[in-house]
Amino acid sequence: MKTQKFLLSFNKQLAEKPIVYHLVKEYDLVINIFRARITADEEGFMVLEVSGTDEHISQGIDFIRNNGVTVNSVEKGLRWDQAVCTHCGNCLPHCPVDALYIVNAATREIAFDSDKCVECLNCIPNCPYGAVTSVF
Amino acid sequence: MKTYAEINEKIASGSAVVLNAEEVSDYVDRKGLSAAAAEIDVVTTATFGPMCSSGCFLNFGHSIPKIRITEAWIDDVLTYSGLAAVDLFMGASQLRNNDSANMYYPGEFRFGGGHVIEKLVARKELQLFALSYGTDEYPRRELRTMFTIDDLNQAVMVNPRNCYQNYNVATNSSDRPIYTYMGLLKPRMQNLTYSSAGQLSPLLNDPYYDTIGVGSAVWLAGARGHVYSEGTQHTGSVERTENGVPAEGAGTLALTADMKQMRPEFVRGVSLKGYGVSLALGVGVPIPILNEQILQYTTVRDDEIKAELIDYSYDYPMKSGKVIAHLTYGQMKRDEVEVNGKKIEVSSMSSYSKALHIAELLKAEIQSGSFLLSEPLQKLPRNNKSKSMVLREGEGGTVK
Repeated sequence: MKTQKFLLSFNKQLAEKPIVYHLVKEYDLVINIFRARITADEEGFMVLEVSGTDEHISQGIDFIRNNGVTVNSVEKGLRWDQAVCTHCGNCLPHCPVDALYIVNAATREIAFDSDKCVECLNCIPNCPYGAVTSVF
Repeated sequence: MKTYAEINEKIASGSAVVLNAEEVSDYVDRKGLSAAAAEIDVVTTATFGPMCSSGCFLNFGHSIPKIRITEAWIDDVLTYSGLAAVDLFMGASQLRNNDSANMYYPGEFRFGGGHVIEKLVARKELQLFALSYGTDEYPRRELRTMFTIDDLNQAVMVNPRNCYQNYNVATNSSDRPIYTYMGLLKPRMQNLTYSSAGQLSPLLNDPYYDTIGVGSAVWLAGARGHVYSEGTQHTGSVERTENGVPAEGAGTLALTADMKQMRPEFVRGVSLKGYGVSLALGVGVPIPILNEQILQYTTVRDDEIKAELIDYSYDYPMKSGKVIAHLTYGQMKRDEVEVNGKKIEVSSMSSYSKALHIAELLKAEIQSGSFLLSEPLQKLPRNNKSKSMVLREGEGGTVK
């Protein structure tokens, strides 16, 4: 069993189809939707965590990819731009899961662990420099 | 004992011994004060954080026909134009025209003077829109043009206040979140925010202004600048501990430098929800080690610097003078703050990481011989006090 998080992007034709349902039904995956949205252009975005065997995850992801869904396993729904971040640390008490954290106690540099992020978006209005943005 | 001239000679010959204000503490512990003072020539200090009291003077050169600007906006942010024909002043905390501010509280304040200054230093293109009433020798009454910093004759940063010597720490004891220049303070003192580089902060390493004075060379966002005056609200006469650390906000510096020489990563527009816009700047200040006492002051550590914890929901706006607690920077950086048995989460408005980087950059410039020190022309006041504003009624019982 392992758990992995993905950013899914659905085009206009796919946004209304119940594709994620098949991950549960056909591939025996436990799914957890962190955030989903359909934009004004009818494009769909979803940040989805799936748990299951390696084989089932891989088959399930292949299935939704073959159905035209863009699957991004590296980037999640929140983008932290290291070059824009000044490492002030104002975000720290506003991240409930410590996804934004001090990576080096001596220099007080900040890092972002996207696997921990629950997409609450609380950090966005609390960054004075606009270093965190939502992909959708 | 060393003189400025001797230290500058060593810098010019590439043989100066330079340490940053963090590493100097352990170094002096190991070597002993006297031996270390003989060896070390300069200690570099630094800070990076928002300072609303910032701005810049810009000279555009003359258009054909000429205009004597009376109102002007850069990227829709109002400048001050009550100066000569094509001289403008852009203030860091000026909002963009039509920003709804806190009308829909808390406002977002996405763009303002600080962001214009950031774009200038980053050599991005901006728009100038200017109006005038027209005169015989300045007949033009309106212009709109795109420009970058390279089109300007002068772009000179002025910081009437920077490098606050021991700033207070903000929290919120009320039942609702409050939006401040120290960020969002959660209800019931769930978090606090400090804004100081602590042991790296320039004036905490020269607490009695022995070396930092009017005319001192500073590193301002990568440019060589200098202290042009005591900063606004400079208060030399506050209570101090044995190592000179003031019990509350004390000295400040007024800084200036050529913006064309600045590095964009150290000049950053700031948006603070519910508060407004500002500008964050990186400053480095070298301290010449003229004697043992001056070196001793630079060994101050975060655990020895206490700051006042102030309630921004009532005591700060009402200037009540109440202090909830005294906290050291060591304590805050280790996330070990407990008040009345309750843990408080710690956030910061200033970046220690950037400050450390600046202290190292300045160190490298001094070591390479490219940054010489300058002896102050005038001392900063040690004994002055700050006044509060007293509202007085004019004749007929009205406040004019």
